[in-house]
Amino acid sequence: MSFLLTCPNCGVREVTDFGYGGEVSVRPASRPTFRELNTYNYFRTNVAGVQREWWFHRSGCRAWFIAERDTRTNDVHLTALPGEDGDGEGGPPAPQTPDASKAGGAGVVT
Amino acid sequence: MSRLAPQPGERIRRDRPVTFTFDGRPVTGYEGDTIVSALYAEGRRTFSRSFKYHRPRGELCGCGQCSNSLMQIGDRPGVRGCAELIRPGLAVAHQNARPGLDFDVMRATDVVGGPFTPPGFYYKTFIRPRRLWPLYEKVLRHAAGLGRLPKRREERTWRTEYRRRHCEVLVTGGGIAGLAAALRAAELGADVVLCDDDVEPGGALLAEGGHERARALAARAREAGVEILSGAAALGFYDGLVPVWQGDILHQVRARRHVAATGTLEQPLVFPDNDLPGVMLAGGARRLAALYAVKPGEAAIVATTGDRGLDAALALQAAGVRVLAVADLRPDAGGGALAERVRAAGIELLPAATIVRARGGKAVTGALLGRIDARGVADPASLREYECDLVAVSGGAVPATSLLLQGGARARYDEATARFVAESLHEQVLVAGAVAGYEDADAAELSGRVAGAQAALALGARRRSAPDPPAVAATRRRGEDGARTALGEDEAALAATAPPAPVAAPPAHARDGRRGGKAFVDLDEDQTVKDIAYAAAEGYDSIELSKRYTTVTMGPSQGRFSQLAAIRALGAHTGLTPAEVGMTTARPPWVPVPMGVLAGRPFEPAKRSAIHGRQREQNATVKWAGDWRRAYDYGDPEAEALAVHESAGVIDVSTLGKLLVRGPGAGELLDRLYPNRLANLKPGRVRYGVMTSDAGRILDDGTVCRLDDDTFYVTTTSSGAAAIEEWFGWWLATWDLDARVTDVTQGLAAINLAGPRAREILAGLAPELDVSADGFAYLDARRAPVAGVESLLMRIGFVGEVGYEIHFPSAYGEHVWDALVAAGARPFGLEPQRVLRLQKLHVIVGQDTDSESTPFGAAMPWIVKLDKDEDFIGRWALEHAAERPAETALVGFTMADGHVPTEGAVVRAENGGPLGQVTSSRRSPQLGQVIGMAWVPAALASDGASITICDEGSDFAATVTTRPFYDPEGKVLRS
Repeated sequence: MSFLLTCPNCGVREVTDFGYGGEVSVRPASRPTFRELNTYNYFRTNVAGVQREWWFHRSGCRAWFIAERDTRTNDVHLTALPGEDGDGEGGPPAPQTPDASKAGGAGVVT
Repeated sequence: MSRLAPQPGERIRRDRPVTFTFDGRPVTGYEGDTIVSALYAEGRRTFSRSFKYHRPRGELCGCGQCSNSLMQIGDRPGVRGCAELIRPGLAVAHQNARPGLDFDVMRATDVVGGPFTPPGFYYKTFIRPRRLWPLYEKVLRHAAGLGRLPKRREERTWRTEYRRRHCEVLVTGGGIAGLAAALRAAELGADVVLCDDDVEPGGALLAEGGHERARALAARAREAGVEILSGAAALGFYDGLVPVWQGDILHQVRARRHVAATGTLEQPLVFPDNDLPGVMLAGGARRLAALYAVKPGEAAIVATTGDRGLDAALALQAAGVRVLAVADLRPDAGGGALAERVRAAGIELLPAATIVRARGGKAVTGALLGRIDARGVADPASLREYECDLVAVSGGAVPATSLLLQGGARARYDEATARFVAESLHEQVLVAGAVAGYEDADAAELSGRVAGAQAALALGARRRSAPDPPAVAATRRRGEDGARTALGEDEAALAATAPPAPVAAPPAHARDGRRGGKAFVDLDEDQTVKDIAYAAAEGYDSIELSKRYTTVTMGPSQGRFSQLAAIRALGAHTGLTPAEVGMTTARPPWVPVPMGVLAGRPFEPAKRSAIHGRQREQNATVKWAGDWRRAYDYGDPEAEALAVHESAGVIDVSTLGKLLVRGPGAGELLDRLYPNRLANLKPGRVRYGVMTSDAGRILDDGTVCRLDDDTFYVTTTSSGAAAIEEWFGWWLATWDLDARVTDVTQGLAAINLAGPRAREILAGLAPELDVSADGFAYLDARRAPVAGVESLLMRIGFVGEVGYEIHFPSAYGEHVWDALVAAGARPFGLEPQRVLRLQKLHVIVGQDTDSESTPFGAAMPWIVKLDKDEDFIGRWALEHAAERPAETALVGFTMADGHVPTEGAVVRAENGGPLGQVTSSRRSPQLGQVIGMAWVPAALASDGASITICDEGSDFAATVTTRPFYDPEGKVLRS
């Protein structure tokens, strides 16, 4: 698979410049049941269609950003720094718990 | 010598002779000659021996697309002699023949081996007795190989490069259509790259009298700004990315629009002994004459299915070849002016006829022509025999659609032209020229102009750095309007061009009906019509099965000259039309490409600390630790470990990841990422930190030191540094805290000074520092100059003795190291460090833990502060884990005997099955016993329990301990 990605800071680059951070998933807002926790940790929607996902510019500015990519065709519809993608979610989290809607998924990015 | 008088479009420089060697013998040609043209001029007709039967093979295509002239040049096997230019001193050798091309002992397989080597013979023969298989394999592999690769690494010195090129339009193919497309697109303002695999652009025109027209067009294209890559083959189409191989460079070209002007491939005919040297494509014969001024033969027969062969007959005659007869399969030989011209030139023209046998042993000496019936069998009354040394065949020309098919186009059989064409092209791809059916030069050029304009105009609104001033925008709009009008006119003219001249569909197997001779479908794989029928009779009767069983189209030329013939042959046997038989998938690469080109420049990046050089001078044993080069010991790991325990030692730990986390939100960030409390860490204090994922699994460990209210200094494992920096960055992007992370891993060096004398040594080198037990307690952090260099010192204890981790700017690495060593600290490496930390049961993340380990299982439950107010990553998973005991737990163990178990050896569960493993094991010189760490069944994870370790097939007894082997209370550490 080979396509172009536009880093919000640096501009258009080959996808190999970047590290992939998985689909954007919603971290449970409050103590989840065991089942909800495992779904969050281990299950992915894996949509065949437009997916909101994390990328970061490993070979460049190392910024994390969000992309919307059609997983069937690798057409990237938009890339934006988190909070600037106009999705209406996000913003400063509550003091005690991280903001549920903006939190990413679990697991180390390798 | 068979050189002709100077030809109008010839490539050779007659004023520049070039001498090279072939199999050790000197050969002289001219600059511009290929290896084959130079050898051909000298009289050689055999350039290779075939794969299986070792039959002599001669020139076929003359343009680097077939496999009949594969040769070895030095270390490079499989070089195409008909495309490779000669250079002074080039050492060319034959391939696949012993002792040589002119007499090859392996021809025995052709004479007697046929019955033993039918298609798929390796599935049936040479299998039993099984113990002879290694011998069979060795013999068969040697017999089957083409060319030699050097075995020793030093001999491979070829350096290759990658180049990334983003452009707006990529034109593949530099014939007249491709040049016209590139020129038009560039005129309309597009950034255009054109790649062509020949030494100069111009395509078929160059050998067919149109070289001046082609060169003029190429010059205009260059002037318009087109980047022309010559000697550059496009390897494949990957969703808009086309790798182009040019010599030592792999251009990764990405374009928004692609114009495929890849042309057509002339096809051979199938008849008995159609592989004799001297039987070649009509185009190949023309190229020899037109480009290299080499006479392809004295007396020639031409066999054709369309106008192409008639053209070739006239061209060959003009070059001085005696053309005895032309067999045109069409009932009326086309019935046009061209046929008339052939007759008027005194050449016998036989309509509705084709070649039904070639005669000859080492090369062609005669041809049998005749009229054939629907099955391809000749009518005996029509047979005519000719003596000739050249048979030029033209069995139609298939469009080179490989790149189009890779892009998702479908192949459809076109009855009128008796070939497969591509349709439903990828949305970014346009076609031009012969590949799209425009074979006439004028039509091809027009189609190229149309495609180029369509590509450029489709680019639409491009992202410009600033919007154009209104006047410029208006000019551009008017220009585009004009271009669109012109395009409309061109499209209409193109639609009005005459369709390609009709061709006859050749038979699957033309023959005279007599026995003898092999009719080849695939020259690369030595597969005949009979082989395809044989395979179909065995049940491999679909094109996919037939291909895989017979290996037809799987050779170096990848079916260019065999796929259509194979489809016809299979259809003839199964009674299906070519459309019903279908085609197999087109796959990259288009040409065989060396792995070195795909790999790019060879890299083996190695990271070395600033102190590495000094360590080598001190006889360090250097080994890989991840992508770092590290000192494992300095010659005596046992003595080094003892020195740390009895005196003092220094180890270079510069490889540790080091992150500065700064800002008002830094403490909160750390509290959310670590399971323990960090926001309440006081300035000047250090805490051990273990990071977990949201599934509660250990990611990494290190220390966290607070420098001031808003500044934390975090260390990570050497291999985890990059990943943890990314992890921090990801959560920061999510949470919008006022904090930032800076990676200072490379900028700071770090040395661990440890041992009973460490305090005294430090006092001598850092006089401003209060090193007393109270003044600099365990887990304190201090800033002071050490040997004059401003440093951060942290009193931590990985190796179990009083120790100080000194962090300072890398540039002073050797200076501080030297000062410490001069003051009496003994350098020690990773190996003694491993033993010392094992004595303290200190975990190494990644060795003693894996991706499933939780802090509970890894014997560090105290790191998880579930009563912390803040939510933290992994909290809920750890709450669940705390309630559910794990199956295994990490413990220490000692061995009953002196056996040191292999790391990874399995621990037995109570029922005898495997449950757990040894993660670390060493013999401790200080304690005089074998110690280790292992994951053991939870029921056995208590002091004194007996476990059984299964190592290399034997069982060993061990005793569990949950407390460190040395200084379990930590009194020494904290003193």
